[in-house]
Amino acid sequence: MTTTTPPRSGAATSADTSPPRRRDRWYRWDVRLSPYLYIAPYFVIFGVFGLYPLLYTAWVSLQERALNDPEGAHWVGLDNYTRLLFHDPYFWNAMGNTISLWLLTTIPQILLALWIAQLLNRRLRSRTLFRMGVLLPNVTSVAAVTLIFAQLFGRDFGLINLALDAFGLGKIDWVAGTASSQVALAVMVVWRWTGYHALVFLAAMQAIPGSVYEAATIDGASARQQFWHITIPMMRSAIVFATIISTTGNMRLLAEPLLFAGGVASGGSDRQFQTGALYLYETAFRQFDFGYGSAIAMLLLIAILLVTGVNYLVTRRIRTD
Amino acid sequence: MTTLSQPAVSDPAARGDGNRRTGRAPRRRGTGHGDGRIAGPWVYACLLAVLLGSAFPVYWSFVVASQTPDAIGKVPPVLVPGGHLFDNIAKVFDQTEFALALGNSLIVSGTITVSVVFFSTLAGFAFAKLRFRGRGLLLVVVVATQAIPHELGVIPLFMMMSDFGWASELQAVIVPSLVTAFGVFFMRQYLDRAVPYELLEAGRMDGCSTLRLFWHVVVPAARPAAAVLGLFTFMTAWNDFFWPLVVLDDDNPTVQTALSALASGYTTDYTLVLTAASIATVPVLVIFLAFGRQIVGGIMQGAVKG
Repeated sequence: MTTTTPPRSGAATSADTSPPRRRDRWYRWDVRLSPYLYIAPYFVIFGVFGLYPLLYTAWVSLQERALNDPEGAHWVGLDNYTRLLFHDPYFWNAMGNTISLWLLTTIPQILLALWIAQLLNRRLRSRTLFRMGVLLPNVTSVAAVTLIFAQLFGRDFGLINLALDAFGLGKIDWVAGTASSQVALAVMVVWRWTGYHALVFLAAMQAIPGSVYEAATIDGASARQQFWHITIPMMRSAIVFATIISTTGNMRLLAEPLLFAGGVASGGSDRQFQTGALYLYETAFRQFDFGYGSAIAMLLLIAILLVTGVNYLVTRRIRTD
Repeated sequence: MTTLSQPAVSDPAARGDGNRRTGRAPRRRGTGHGDGRIAGPWVYACLLAVLLGSAFPVYWSFVVASQTPDAIGKVPPVLVPGGHLFDNIAKVFDQTEFALALGNSLIVSGTITVSVVFFSTLAGFAFAKLRFRGRGLLLVVVVATQAIPHELGVIPLFMMMSDFGWASELQAVIVPSLVTAFGVFFMRQYLDRAVPYELLEAGRMDGCSTLRLFWHVVVPAARPAAAVLGLFTFMTAWNDFFWPLVVLDDDNPTVQTALSALASGYTTDYTLVLTAASIATVPVLVIFLAFGRQIVGGIMQGAVKG
């Protein structure tokens, strides 16, 4: 690995004896400035395509602005926000859906992931096979998965309705109902993310020193007691982390509700499963109302940053406990 | 949670089903092989059920992709693959832009992967091993920017791409993803431990410039992590949905936007839709089956560090 070749060391010693000022200056320049060059690509890309658009969103959100007439953009102050917050039932509908989807996804997902993680945390044969198996849903594409589930949840020919029908429960029009459509979406999200969280939890479980369990075993604690009184408390920050990932992920949920409705951005005929991100997409790229869309984006951003900030505080508190 | 009621066994031979292990010394806790309890048949049964649930939708997609449309919705349902896979694939390539979409996705994901791995290794090296003013602060900035939901800046980004004349062009998808905060941080964490300072000092004594150190010392040491980062990056880029959907149009799609177009059409031919979904899944599936161990390891390590 040390590919620094011997001939070069000879060159370096000869450079030391002669007075090569240029070489010295070059060396100092190299040591002092080249690190900035190496990290520059990230900051340039992030600055131009990440930060700048985000900041500019705040600016656009104060304007009335449509795609086709950039000259026609004009300043409206906080009008977009007052309209959103006080006169827009669609916005609050989307927020409400985000909250109910949060309940339907986050809680089952975390409980299931904990259960799977403690199964994986045994002495297992073919460990890698099982770990890969639970992660499989996470690597498949959202679009493909949503199309597959849209078929499974299909009203007339879906496998799930065929099964329900066979048990005499009758068919459900999954897309049409508020509860049923959100349950179907929650199944997709839970299916996709549970395995990922299970692996993160498994890593956290394995980071708990074995001596803690040994001491507990000597004291006569049962496996169940050990799980609730040692494993869970020592994984608190991992659980909080997963909750936050799931929460912010929910606010960004877009592909599932869009494709579940067959590409219609309203999230169902009654907007029964439109999420915040989907409402942003509908406003900005179906109706091309950039100003109003930007205001939605800003409110979503504030919500996500609030959740992340609360998470940070909670996690720090847990760590210092 | 019923499986928790199993006793914690320190001596496997003491258990009824432990006889196939009696010849072996019991492994101790803390070896990374689990919490010490041997998985009983019940645990295996549960895990198999989980596995089945994980794999079934993907399997189902391939089943439908190999059937004729009239096989869908039959009672009892058809649950095994039929013989029409290649007919259906031909139909997908015939009726949609899927060949172009596959090519486009390959270009986009390939370029992004090479670029992310290169620039992340370079920046990760600087953050891990080079001293410069503001290093700590800038690293904090990198970590903090990971938490920012970039896609909320989608409106100005779209306006910008239109101004560049890049709307509906592939570079609009590629350029914003050329290097990621996750990649930089991931490589920094790895290189911090993988490259000893002595090696770099020795290189310096030999008159190596920083760039030569990077090529000859850091890059060889970075390979394992670079491979994992490359896998993650490729799969993420391949599966990316929102931004390509916004900036590309149906005449120049990626695989994901082609799927979206297909789902938004008026086709009720599920074999067509799910054949396309299956084709879109194959590349990530192949990567996953070939490198699953590394991918699982990457997620679990990231979890511990994060």
